[in-house]
Amino acid sequence: MSTSAILMMIIGCGTIWGGTVIAILIGLAVEKKNLKNLKNKK
Amino acid sequence: MRENWKSRKGFIFAAAGAAIGLGNLWRFPFQAYKNGGGAFLLPYFVALITCAIPLMIMEYAFGRKIRGGSVKAFASLKKNLEIIGWIQVMVPIVVMTYYCAIIAVSVVFMVFSLGHAFGIINWLSNPGPIMGIVTGSAKNALDLGAGMSIYILIAVIGVWICNWLIVRKGISGGIEKMSMIFTPLLMILMIIFMINAVRLNGASIGLEALFKPDFSKILDPSIWVSAYAQVFFSTTLAVGVMIAYGSYLDDKADIVNSAIITVGTDSCFDLIAGVLVFSTLGYLVNSTGAEFTSYGTGAGVAFIAFPTAISTMSTNIVVQGLLGFLFFFCLFIAGLSSSISMLESFATAALDKFDVSRKKLVSIISIVGFCGSACFASYAGFNFILDIVDAYVANIVIAGLGLVEVILISYIYGTSKLREEANAFSDFRIGKWWDYLLRYFTPLLLGAVVITNLFNIITELLNKDMVGIVSNIVFGWGIVVIMIGVSFVFYKKKWTANSQTVATILDDNEDNVDI
Repeated sequence: MSTSAILMMIIGCGTIWGGTVIAILIGLAVEKKNLKNLKNKK
Repeated sequence: MRENWKSRKGFIFAAAGAAIGLGNLWRFPFQAYKNGGGAFLLPYFVALITCAIPLMIMEYAFGRKIRGGSVKAFASLKKNLEIIGWIQVMVPIVVMTYYCAIIAVSVVFMVFSLGHAFGIINWLSNPGPIMGIVTGSAKNALDLGAGMSIYILIAVIGVWICNWLIVRKGISGGIEKMSMIFTPLLMILMIIFMINAVRLNGASIGLEALFKPDFSKILDPSIWVSAYAQVFFSTTLAVGVMIAYGSYLDDKADIVNSAIITVGTDSCFDLIAGVLVFSTLGYLVNSTGAEFTSYGTGAGVAFIAFPTAISTMSTNIVVQGLLGFLFFFCLFIAGLSSSISMLESFATAALDKFDVSRKKLVSIISIVGFCGSACFASYAGFNFILDIVDAYVANIVIAGLGLVEVILISYIYGTSKLREEANAFSDFRIGKWWDYLLRYFTPLLLGAVVITNLFNIITELLNKDMVGIVSNIVFGWGIVVIMIGVSFVFYKKKWTANSQTVATILDDNEDNVDI
């Protein structure tokens, strides 16, 4: 495979897959924090 | 009382399952291949950020605000606009009729794969003749006497029973439960298939063809239009599905992050499909001397290229059969999770307007839908009419509805109000840039997609022979006219359910215009 193809594959897949995983992790972390706050309030 | 999603996870899996469909498997890889390879990824990213995510946020936020499907949503903007809502939810019903026929072929091939594993039928190495037996042949779209595929017909009954069983149980009891199992299972199986495909001899030839950038094409406007069309059609926007799903969201749901995750998951699947399809095609190019487009650029890739590749991955027929079964099972669940969302889009809209039980309504739609799918089980239906209906309904009507939707919601309801709704409980807050995107940028680009598709379809029509012209008018424009006619009939009927709620929404929105 040529270097340009490898680079585009890494940038393309990395951005989409990485971005989605980060969005999911942030969502999960915030949800966890909210649940903790709710528990403390109770 | 209107039910809600039981968990955020359940909602995201259902929405991602709706967005991920059979089209992802062949549409994205060949769009990228034809439009500059790796260079296509740049317009694709821009389209995701400026079109898919903003529109997804808009549909979720508006659905939740109105607490209803498309019909109630458009009626709440202005009484006469209710008809747009009906046309919007008629689209998934029409798409479902032929979509279920394609899912049915996956079911038939699942059964044949088991037959292969048990040594009853040896077909994976040469799937062409079996495909010919299953789908038959006809001279053209008007050759209605060519016959009917009994295989597809029987499998279509099974597919519609699955749709009926899941959707009649409602959001949390049916769609959410099923999506919690099927969407992650689909992702895991596809990742396993992708890893296996990358290991094949010649996979790098395929990946080179898919990712090698041709930056000279980046200034070509047609590539940008293709990228916008790709993300728009891939994410199941503008057919009432996401408005309906948004309407079952909790008041405190995080809309922005959920929209990013839904669009992101769908794009992840696009790229997984791209790597899987082109690694497999690279393997076939390397081992059989075929070309990348030898198996076509559509369903042929899934139904002919993959069985051929699977047959050469192992000499053991049990392994071959089981691999084939798992692959077609993936196609089945990808298709089913989208088809239930389409059925739900219409069901939510109709339940908002008519005082009818969900079970009765879903049963009626399923029977009518099955009759439509049976037409596509005919040889002429599957081989010719399906492509015509798809070209008109999926390419022209959906893009047109997307354009109308974004203009009406952003100018009549107002983007600033909707932005506040979306931001209320979101991890990421969207700024004023979102208003500008929805008001100016997205309509402009969707307009370009509509005009390009319309231009292409008319030029193609003029280059056809008489049979081609007649069949395009009858099955293409004919279906569009029928859809609008049926929508008008539903529009004219009286509101019998929650009429007071709708009246209140209509009164409340009298002063909504903020042009």
